[in-house]
Amino acid sequence: MNSEIAIDIRNLSLTFETGDSAVHALDNANLSVAKGEFVSFIGPSGCGKTTLLRVIADLETPTLGSITVNGMSAREARLNRHYGYVFQAPALYPWRTVEANVTLPLEIFGLPAAERRTRARTHLAMVNLAGFENKYPWQLSGGMQQRVSIARALSFEPELLLMDEPFGALDEISRDRLNEQLLKLWKKTGKTVVFVTHSIPEAVFLSTLIVVMSPRPGRIIDVIDCDLGDERTLDIRETPEFLKLAHRVREGLRAGHSYDD
Amino acid sequence: MPAIPTTTSARLAATGTMTPFAHVWSGVRRGALLPVATIAAIILAVWYLACLPMNRDLPQLAHVDGLIDRYRVAWSLERPLLPAPHQIATELFASTLGTPLLRETADGMVLNPRNLFTHAWVTVSATLTGFVIGLILGIALAIAIVHINALRMSLMPWIVASQTVPILAIAPIIIVALGSMGIVGLLPKAVISAYLSFFPVTIGMTKGFASPDAMLLDLMRTYSASPTEIFLKLRWPAAIPMLFSSLKVSISISLVGAIVGELPTGAQAGIGARLLSGSYYGQTVQIWSALTMAAIMASLLIAVIALAERLTLNAMGARP
Repeated sequence: MNSEIAIDIRNLSLTFETGDSAVHALDNANLSVAKGEFVSFIGPSGCGKTTLLRVIADLETPTLGSITVNGMSAREARLNRHYGYVFQAPALYPWRTVEANVTLPLEIFGLPAAERRTRARTHLAMVNLAGFENKYPWQLSGGMQQRVSIARALSFEPELLLMDEPFGALDEISRDRLNEQLLKLWKKTGKTVVFVTHSIPEAVFLSTLIVVMSPRPGRIIDVIDCDLGDERTLDIRETPEFLKLAHRVREGLRAGHSYDD
Repeated sequence: MPAIPTTTSARLAATGTMTPFAHVWSGVRRGALLPVATIAAIILAVWYLACLPMNRDLPQLAHVDGLIDRYRVAWSLERPLLPAPHQIATELFASTLGTPLLRETADGMVLNPRNLFTHAWVTVSATLTGFVIGLILGIALAIAIVHINALRMSLMPWIVASQTVPILAIAPIIIVALGSMGIVGLLPKAVISAYLSFFPVTIGMTKGFASPDAMLLDLMRTYSASPTEIFLKLRWPAAIPMLFSSLKVSISISLVGAIVGELPTGAQAGIGARLLSGSYYGQTVQIWSALTMAAIMASLLIAVIALAERLTLNAMGARP
């Protein structure tokens, strides 16, 4: 197995049995992601993008096909704590302070208390939340809470960061700022990021690889290489290159929808 | 700590945490006392007014004329059907602070059975013992039910059925059965208390342990956390608010259980014994003061739990 491949998905299908009907959440998906890439899954709701992310995280088991994560099965990757997962909602424990939320995985992994504390502070500083260690989640805004959950996912230095529409519930302004911060974080840490979104500008702005998906059955219909260079700022969204990529994504999404109407 | 001086952090720092006592006191000052006092005054007024119609058939009132005189007699009868509140208060005072709590016997100092506090203590000790047994049993059942699917199906109907049996019918059976095994005194009463009090704990905690949503459970799965870790770090803290709600119900029915447990044997001591002896001898004022004592005990027990709830939830960072 090539050690430079972070995620390798072959002929993967997943069918949910619901009563007497079956939902084809994923149909024959193939995808290969190199280490250090920033991949976005984009598509309308019901296209299986979240399901595909959950398969990578071993939160769902595929019906057919194979998947390797960092050269091992998804289950082994989970058991070896190869990824940090960021959910649609911050999913913070309300009875824990910000710092205690970040140290939660470290407690489970059995790190000593002093080490947990150092790591929590480091990663909270990384998401610009130094000074908020002793606050409770309800004292923070939605964007800040989501940053805590990113710090929590990074706290045990996983090689892979899986993010399921992490900024979907936020307003446009917070979202833009967090996108910039996330990009910096990705550059700094060099981790492989898999990012689920339904926003075209978000996907084009952040990604090196865009996976366009369509619903019923959930399929990958286009994989777009997308590198707008290292020095990306939000202004890049006005450039012709950006608009061209966005157009291609939109075309893909439209094609996926056409026979649905 | 490198606090960054943003407006947000300054605003957050200003959000002080109040002590529970400060909360209660600010509630009183905001006028939370007024509605309670109004209702109490209305109840007392209706009660005093009702004393005459309720007691009008008693011989002492047969030859009294004039409404004021009739009320005067009705409020000071020796064995009224409905005693006036001040009669109960007087009896309550006389039988507690007005009576020595300790009595000298051949074995040394013992609690004086003429003092109502002695009976209150007998009942409270059975209540608390039963409450603790019920609490442990209730939580253990809830843990089993949440973790083992088959038990949810098989145990739940029996748990619900256990509470449909009238406790007045079960209590003598428990007392007699345990008595025949040589177990008498506090324990049989505590068993009856536990029989009643485990139920709200099981129901509440089953719900509480199952309350974390799918995302929080998925998060634990991404960490490959063991069931024990999931329980200790997620399910247990998530269930704490439900725990306290259950405990408030549980402690009050524990008290009922202990009192019911004191009835069938014609027990020597306890609030139940006072109720029983009061009704044997037509001492209505004694019955009412024992009832009032039971109500005061229940209020105090619930207040203690409410205070523990406040302190615990504050320590868990609950929104004030």
